[in-house]
Amino acid sequence: MDLTLDGLTVVTDGRSLVRDLSLEVASGRVVGLVGPNGSGKSTALRCVYRALKPTSGTVRVGEDDLSGLTMRRSAQLVAAMTQDGTVDLDFTVEEVVALGRTPHLHGVQGLGRRELALCERAMERLDIRHLARRGVPTLSGGERQRVLLARALVQEPEILVLDEPTNHLDVRHQVELLSLLRGTGLTVLVVLHDLNLAAAACDRIGVLSRGRLVAAGSPAVVLTAGLVEEVFGVRADVVPHPRTGRPQLLYSLDPTP
Amino acid sequence: MPPPTMSTPTAGTGPAAPPTAGPAAGAKERITTRRGLVTTCAVLLAVLVSSVVVAIGLGSAVIAPGETARYLWAALSGGIIAVDEVTTYQIIWQIRTPRVLLAALVGAGLSAVGVAIQAMVRNALADPFVLGVSSGASVGAVGVTVTGGLAALGIHAVSAGAFIGALAASLLVYAASTRRGSLSPLRLVLTGVAMSLGFQAVMSVIVYFAPDSEATGMVLYWTMGSFGAASWGALPVVSAVVLLGLAVLYRYGRALDVLALGDETAASLGIGPDRHRKGMLVLVSLVTGVMVAVSGAIAFVGLVVPHVVRMAVGAAHARVLAVAPLAGAVFMVWVDLVSRTLVAPRELPLGAITALVGVPVFIALMRRKGYLFGGR
Repeated sequence: MDLTLDGLTVVTDGRSLVRDLSLEVASGRVVGLVGPNGSGKSTALRCVYRALKPTSGTVRVGEDDLSGLTMRRSAQLVAAMTQDGTVDLDFTVEEVVALGRTPHLHGVQGLGRRELALCERAMERLDIRHLARRGVPTLSGGERQRVLLARALVQEPEILVLDEPTNHLDVRHQVELLSLLRGTGLTVLVVLHDLNLAAAACDRIGVLSRGRLVAAGSPAVVLTAGLVEEVFGVRADVVPHPRTGRPQLLYSLDPTP
Repeated sequence: MPPPTMSTPTAGTGPAAPPTAGPAAGAKERITTRRGLVTTCAVLLAVLVSSVVVAIGLGSAVIAPGETARYLWAALSGGIIAVDEVTTYQIIWQIRTPRVLLAALVGAGLSAVGVAIQAMVRNALADPFVLGVSSGASVGAVGVTVTGGLAALGIHAVSAGAFIGALAASLLVYAASTRRGSLSPLRLVLTGVAMSLGFQAVMSVIVYFAPDSEATGMVLYWTMGSFGAASWGALPVVSAVVLLGLAVLYRYGRALDVLALGDETAASLGIGPDRHRKGMLVLVSLVTGVMVAVSGAIAFVGLVVPHVVRMAVGAAHARVLAVAPLAGAVFMVWVDLVSRTLVAPRELPLGAITALVGVPVFIALMRRKGYLFGGR
């Protein structure tokens, strides 16, 4: 299912956080959103999982305008891994993962056998099954990130949006998480800080700067030394990955060129 | 090709290690299975029924539980009792039974509402009165007493005044904490706390200028709580509102789970946080308002029973909302019994007993179980 942002604009307190953002994520593709802090990445994402209503513009999933769907229906189509701080109540890992089924359940209806198996599988894929009975507040940041992704997968969405999913993860889990994302076959829009990971994991990359989309395309086209310097204010050498050919950035702390 | 997975490093140290002691050890003793939950509820229900019968029998005239049950049965089935038993029958049926039943209902209601509010505003310190309901009710009740307003309602005037005060207070808190149609949990709590202090000040002023000392007694009654005014007259309304409130809260147990995870998460799971919080707020204000109107603001129960129950069954609201009302009802029946028998014929304020009994129990449990709410 395609995800289309069309002329998305978000204005809060007279400040425009996102300005006229149009971006398409083709079905089954992984598109990364990068940009410096405060460039509007998370704000754009929040419009997709409906934590925020855009001031103008639309988000479409497939043919449907998101604002025309019920919250419940859109949660069946779009799952999100968010940056919501801590969980205060002492839910166990398996309970939080099972809450991913919320948009599919009515009232006091419990989980069926298929749904329990679904949760088990998701926990296995994210390597958190051994934590199933642990309280979420006792987990490390990285473990918690994996719990949240498991919950999003259990939601069985068509589209997955993720806000800095590799935060708190060690290198190994960063790489594994992104390769897992690519393996899901879902339409993915992901905000990433690490440009090298973005280049490795994404089919396309959109670059945001002060609320505007300043570049979009394949990593090789977008991630040039010029753009990185202009948008991020950082000098970097861009070299092709020796095996995959994807661009990789080398930073130097040495001011001389 | 099999789907990629995240593997546990075979030679690694951390992730593969079994969960260690500490907070997780408490989690292991928890009742989480469906069978365990049903057993717990059945046991609590049995304890509640026998507590009610025992409590009805105890007082200035002590009646054995068997006798009490016989009288209750006679009342319910329209049976016949001897002439010389009429006085005892009246004590039991007209005075003690409505009182004990009211205690059970209010205990159940306060506990469930406490659970809901804590999840809804994501704050471990929240209780049913955090939204200013209790101080609003006191102002309403004292205002009616002093001014003689609502006289047309006769003996229900004070209760009606309390109810109106409670609802007005929550409306005010609600309106003051809503900003651009959204209701942030922290703003709600802060506004509620601030408004409570404001209402208390208003009440102090009224009492200060009141001509007699009746208002002072009234304030004590409304801030500490009592079931002394219980009668069959008020029971149908209270039980209908409380039981309906319990049913609705139980129905929205999963929504409460999701709200407790945060607004962003709630939205992404199809639970509009603002819409649900507003609906929930209306519900808990109504239920709390009705309870306060008949029993005053009984502190502590709505704050602590939810925590104690979470220690026993974990955080999932499908379980907490099944157990908390029963536990709260049992607790309140015994608290009321102590209140009216310990220094009879005087009555101790309920709020004092709930806290005197509850605080040590709560602290002891919290230390032993390694309970978590809001981090380590």
